[in-house]
Amino acid sequence: MTSRADPRPASAAGKPSRAAGETATERLQRLLALVPYVLRRNVAGMAETAAAFGITERELVDDLNLLWCVELRSPDPYCPIDLSYEGGEIVVSEAEGIDRPLRLGVDEACALLIALRMLTELPDVGDGAALARTIAKLEAAAGAAAGPSAQVAVAVDDVAAQSAVTAVADALERGRRLHISYYVPGRDEATERDVDPMRLVVSEGFTYLEGWCRRADAVRLFRLDRFLAVEVLEVPKNVPPTAQHVDVDHGLFRPSPQDVHVVLELGPRGRWVADYYPCEQVTELPDGWLRIRLRTPDTRLARRLALRLGEDGRLVSPPGLVSELMSDARAALSNYDNWDE
Amino acid sequence: MRHQLTLLREGVAMSRRKTERLLSLVVCLLSARRHLTATQIRAAVPGYPESFDAFKRMFERDKEELRELGIPLETGTNATGDEELGYRISRQAYELPDIRLEPDEVAVLGLAARVWRRAELAEAADGALLKLRAAGIDAEDDLSQLRIEPRVRTAEPAFSPLWEAVRDRRPVSFGYRVPGRDAALRRHLEPWGVGYRSGHWYVVGLDTDRGAKRVFRLSRIEGAVAFTGPAGSVTVPPGTDVRAAVRDWDYEAAAARTCLLRVRAGAGHDLRRYADRISADRHPGWDLVEVSYTDTTWWSEHIASFGADVVVLEPSDLRDAVIGRLKGVLA
Repeated sequence: MTSRADPRPASAAGKPSRAAGETATERLQRLLALVPYVLRRNVAGMAETAAAFGITERELVDDLNLLWCVELRSPDPYCPIDLSYEGGEIVVSEAEGIDRPLRLGVDEACALLIALRMLTELPDVGDGAALARTIAKLEAAAGAAAGPSAQVAVAVDDVAAQSAVTAVADALERGRRLHISYYVPGRDEATERDVDPMRLVVSEGFTYLEGWCRRADAVRLFRLDRFLAVEVLEVPKNVPPTAQHVDVDHGLFRPSPQDVHVVLELGPRGRWVADYYPCEQVTELPDGWLRIRLRTPDTRLARRLALRLGEDGRLVSPPGLVSELMSDARAALSNYDNWDE
Repeated sequence: MRHQLTLLREGVAMSRRKTERLLSLVVCLLSARRHLTATQIRAAVPGYPESFDAFKRMFERDKEELRELGIPLETGTNATGDEELGYRISRQAYELPDIRLEPDEVAVLGLAARVWRRAELAEAADGALLKLRAAGIDAEDDLSQLRIEPRVRTAEPAFSPLWEAVRDRRPVSFGYRVPGRDAALRRHLEPWGVGYRSGHWYVVGLDTDRGAKRVFRLSRIEGAVAFTGPAGSVTVPPGTDVRAAVRDWDYEAAAARTCLLRVRAGAGHDLRRYADRISADRHPGWDLVEVSYTDTTWWSEHIASFGADVVVLEPSDLRDAVIGRLKGVLA
C-alpha cells in the first residue's frame, strides 16, 4: 500500500501558516515553546523547526529576532536571551527562565487525556499497555490541569459489533482477507463479500472497517454493527497499490452526482431525523414542523424512513418516490386484510 | 487603500510590541528571586507608558492575559510587614515537569491528538503537542503502523460553552426542545460532565428547576447557552459517573415482551438477527419469527419500516400500532 496518512505536521501538509492573523498572546505561546525546543535539541534546523511550529521560515526568523531583542533594564540593562541562526541552524546559548516549556493548560491536558481514554476502548491500537503508560505519564505531568478530563466521557459503544471487532482485528494483525455477510438497510438485504482490510475508522459514533471490496473493486467502508457474519480467510490480503484511504476529516460519505435529493417534513415527534441524518437544509415551519432536505444514493432508505415516521412525517419530493411510498404502505396494509386470522 | 495598509502595519507593529512586552515580563518575573513590586517591574520591563495610571491599567490587562495562558503569576510580599504587594512566577509552578515517552507511547499520543481534528478541542490538542515537542517529544512520528483512525465530532454549537461550564464549574441555562413539544423550554443546570455516545454529545448535571439529576442532548439545545453563576460555584457530587448517566439516557427498564412476526423469506435481516426463534410458515415464501422488544412505539416504527415484508401476528396492540403507522403514511 503506497498511500497512507500524511505523517508530516499540519503546516507542511498545505495548511495556512499558524502565524497568519494570530494575537500577541498566541505568538507569545509559540515563543515560549520555541526556546526549549531548540535547547532540547542543542542545534535545530531552520526548515524543520518552522515545519514543527507550523510557520514559514521567514516568520521563524522574525520570531528569533524578537527573542534576541528582549531586554530588561533594571537594575542593570541586560539581554536574557542569546541565540544565533547561521547556515540554516539555530543555537540558543542563553535563555534565562524560559529554558523549559510552560505547563499544559486545562484544555490542552484534557484534550489529550479524553482522547487517550477513548482509545483504551478501541481494539487494535497496538499495545494496550502503551496507552495505560502514556495516560499515567501525562496525568503526572499535567497535575491539576488533568482534573476536569474526568468529567468528560467519550464512549465507543456498539456492543453488537464486538464479535466483528475481534475478527477484523485478527485479520488486520495477520494481513488476512475477510469474508463478510453485510447488511444493507436501504435494500433490507444481506450481501456476501470478500474484503481486504486496510484499517478501522471510528467516526460519528460508529466503527467502520475500511477495506478493498473485491466485489466492488473499490475502497469501501463497512459498519461493524451491520456485519451479520464474518470469517477470517486463510488468504493473504491484497490491497491494490492505487487504493486511497477515505478522508475521515471531510465527512465519511462524499456526495455523488447520482444522489437523489429527498425533501421530508417532520412533525414534533419526527424531529429526531434531523439529528440522525446529515441534512443539506433544515427549515423551521410553523406549528413545530421541520422541513429537511437530504441526499441519498439509495431512495429505498428514504422510503423506509417515511414508513417508519407514519403520521409524524410527510415525504414531499421527489414526486415519483411519494407514489412509490404510497404503494408500499398500501401493500403492507393489504397483508393485514388478506391474512386476517 | 493606502490608509488601510497603514492601519494594518500599525496593528502588526502594536501586536509585536505587545508580544515583546509580555515576553520580557515573563522572563523578568521568572528570573526574579523575590516578589517584584509594580514600580520595580515598570523600571525593568520596556514598553510600558510613562504615566503611572496608564501603566497600571496596561499591567493589569497583561497580568490577566498571562493568567489566561496558564502562566502561574503569584502575588505576595517578601517580608511580613511589607506594605506593597509584589509579583513573581515560580519556576516550579511554571515548568512542564519532565516527561519521557517511549516510541510506542509517542505513537498513541499522536493518534490521540488526531481524535479532535476538525472538532472543538483541536487547537488545545495542537497546543499540547507544541509544548511536548518543546520537551523533546515528537508526536507527529510515523503513524502508518497504527491500523485505526478514530475521530470525535463536535457539530453542536452548545459543546464549547458547556465544556467551559463543566471545566470551570459554572451553572448554565439554555432552551431545550423535547420531541413531541413544539416549543423550547428554558432549563437551568449545574453541569457535572459531558459525554459522547453514538455520535452525539450529552450534558449531565443537577436540573435546579426539578431538583434532580438530568441528562440533556446537545443537539436539542436551542439558542445560546448562558452562564448563570460564577466559576467554581458548582459542586460535582462525589462518585458521579458521567459515562453511565449518558449511557442510560434513553434506557427505560421496561419488561421485555415477545412478538410473533411473519417475515418474507430473504427479507427482514435486521429482525432475524435478534430473533429468539425462526421457523417455516405454512404460507410458502414466508417465515415465522419470534423476537423480543421493550418499547411498543419504537418497535412498531421499526416494523413499519419493512413495509410489506413483515406482518405482525401477535400481540394485538403491536399489530394495531403498526397498522396505525402505515395508515398515517397514507393520511
